[in-house]
Amino acid sequence: MTTLTARRPRIDSTNGVWLALGMTLIIGGILVATDGGSLFGQNSTVSLLQRAAGLGIVAVGQTFAILAGSLDLSVAYVISLTSLIAAETMAGSDGRVLPAILAVVAVSGAIGLVNGLLITKLRINAFIATLGVGLLIKGYLEQGYAGPAGSVPVSFQHLGYDRVGPVPVAFLLFIGVAAVAWVVINRSRFGHHLIATGGDLDVARLSGVRTDWVLIRTHVICSLCAGIAGLYLASRLGAGAPRVGAEGGYDLESIAAVVLGGTVLAGGKGGVAGTVGGVLLLAVIDGIFNQLAVDPFFKQVVRGVVIVAAVAIYAMRLRRKVVRKAAA
Amino acid sequence: MHDVGKSFYGVSVLSNVDIDVYPGEVHAVVGENGAGKSTLMKIASGVHQPDSGSLRIAGEPVVLHNPREAQAAGVGIIHQEFNLLPERTVAENVFLGREPTRRGLVDRRAMRARTAELLASVGAETVRPTDRVGQLGVAQQQVVEIVKALSLDARILIMDEPTAALADHEVELLYALVRRLQARGIGILYVSHRLAEVFDLSSRITVLKDGRRVVTVDTADATPEALVRHMVGRELASYYPPKAGAPGAALVTLAGAGNGRLRPIDLELRSGEVLGVGGLQGSGRSALARALFGVESFTAGQMTLDGKPVRPRSPRQAVRAGIAYVTEDRKGEGLALSQSVLDNALLASRAATPRWFGGGARTTSVRALLAAVEVHAAGVDQEVRYLSGGNQQKVVLARWLAMAPRVLLFDEPTRGIDVGAKAAIHELIRDLADKGAAVLMISSELPELLGMSDRIVVMRDGALAGELPGDASEEAVLSLATGTPHEVPA
Repeated sequence: MTTLTARRPRIDSTNGVWLALGMTLIIGGILVATDGGSLFGQNSTVSLLQRAAGLGIVAVGQTFAILAGSLDLSVAYVISLTSLIAAETMAGSDGRVLPAILAVVAVSGAIGLVNGLLITKLRINAFIATLGVGLLIKGYLEQGYAGPAGSVPVSFQHLGYDRVGPVPVAFLLFIGVAAVAWVVINRSRFGHHLIATGGDLDVARLSGVRTDWVLIRTHVICSLCAGIAGLYLASRLGAGAPRVGAEGGYDLESIAAVVLGGTVLAGGKGGVAGTVGGVLLLAVIDGIFNQLAVDPFFKQVVRGVVIVAAVAIYAMRLRRKVVRKAAA
Repeated sequence: MHDVGKSFYGVSVLSNVDIDVYPGEVHAVVGENGAGKSTLMKIASGVHQPDSGSLRIAGEPVVLHNPREAQAAGVGIIHQEFNLLPERTVAENVFLGREPTRRGLVDRRAMRARTAELLASVGAETVRPTDRVGQLGVAQQQVVEIVKALSLDARILIMDEPTAALADHEVELLYALVRRLQARGIGILYVSHRLAEVFDLSSRITVLKDGRRVVTVDTADATPEALVRHMVGRELASYYPPKAGAPGAALVTLAGAGNGRLRPIDLELRSGEVLGVGGLQGSGRSALARALFGVESFTAGQMTLDGKPVRPRSPRQAVRAGIAYVTEDRKGEGLALSQSVLDNALLASRAATPRWFGGGARTTSVRALLAAVEVHAAGVDQEVRYLSGGNQQKVVLARWLAMAPRVLLFDEPTRGIDVGAKAAIHELIRDLADKGAAVLMISSELPELLGMSDRIVVMRDGALAGELPGDASEEAVLSLATGTPHEVPA
């Protein structure tokens, strides 16, 4: 009896986003078609997936942080910094791709470590700690760089421009990162401890989970994801760019994508599958508005409405569930 | 544990306490709140480290730096407030922190199978390893807690107020479970306020008072009176204040009042009377109080206050009408834990009559009320979280007294409150009724329900199952609550 019920799919907020995505695709497809364009054409699909890839990788990292009841506002600056480290280390030479990747991993990992230590050992609120670290990096970037620097060899640009059929390699990378993250969150011990820590720090601690260690690892993972996104953007741009992260709004957008995906901002509930849906939903909305050539300001308004509406729907569902439970 | 001492912020909360527990023994630890029971248990389970003294398990000295080490040493603890994740499954909760792995990943199949075995071993087959904990009832959640401790091969199990959240028929199940664990040779440290269960279960009893061990006695040689004397340092002549002579006029009447959780209810709350509400958890007792207070208001029928029809749609409207509600969830709904005693006591007055200036007189009167209900705190500026349960409840009470309510709804007013403070709360409740207020008191504790109430209604499945006089028997209440015939109390 137990094995059967265990396989029963649960309908909750993390698959709600896929429903929303489907509806958006249908409605958007019709709108764009009546406008004379095509949402599903080769070009628009490619650029849509291309856009999703960068944000997606960051959002996967952010999912870890948010699930653990934390948050990372430094990701945008980590992206800028790592794009520069990558491009400057490579300096156009094929042989220096590997050292560059290692450097990015080391630096982004170290930033995550600092975030995690500030949050756990100095007990600084995650919002403030990661904002502070982010601003620190921002200061360094603004002081050291006026514009793009370094250069990426052509061999490394395959990451940014190659594709398999209509699917960009970078998007596959995003899906790969998400798949690994799914396994880690849902099937590894660390994942179980992560969700427990986000669900209730005290419960986790009293159950013998080393919550500090969980949070530190979480932040290292989150920063590493931002580092990977930095590598991708360097590949895409051909150089490192000191403002690419902040201008792309990767900090708040990654949080928005995670929340759209049904992960509870307070932590302890949600998952990476929802985040993938959230990222795609944001990308599709972008794609639709680009096709319709809508005023970019209006685009922002619509995104805001979508995010607020999604969270409101989740909250309403939750309330209904609580009432049902209490009545039972 | 030998000679254990602990102080917080320079305040000594435990000094030179000795306590031991043998395999297969239930050793009860009793004492008022603030006596140091919880601190002692936290030391035994590795949450806190003692400043002095030592711990030994099976003769071996141990130092427990954290809960993980305590677990490894075979000490399991079941906390008063459940330590479970409502969003996760039973199996995930049971094995939290120790998930079995296979090829680097969590072996969920093994985890479920092992959880099912453990559940079966305590006779709780109705709980499934894949159930989400948040969907389980309170008693089932406690079973999960116990199973979690057992999964550690605990040799010593600490149970902190295990019956606090249970309805009476669930307590029986817990008893059976405790005896089963005992038969397995597990030593149990059983912390409780309820002397009846201490006598039912334990073989020895240790009394703590003001952080010191007063006495350890064999249960067979002990009497409740003697224990209470040790705990409070005085005899409680009578547990409950005298009841009302004749009730006054009806203050609140309900005629066919109901909502999504309550079937139509006819009920009178009378001035000067304590109306007890019995029933199992989830029988609609709290829903009734919450409807009266406008939290989830009535959607059908009539409610009148003083003969005039009212239907509070929000707590604010209820407060304006002269209704006060002391919630059962003191920490969650009753108090702003990180605010001061004074701020908490002023909460309702400030909300009802906000004013920029001239709040001084109000503050003075609330201070007087806090003194009148005898709140023991370092000062009115102390954060309310550091107060004992009894003192916290008095702060809640002072807040409502400031509003001079005519109708008071108490939901489990003495849950988690020690014997001495309990009597004080009971006297305050009775005093309010004597001064003409209509009191509704929900209680899962039958002696309290019977001892306090002038009249008792029992709820079952969202409806009134029946009404009983104040001198009814426990069996009568139980049979109404469970719907079983009188002869076979559940």
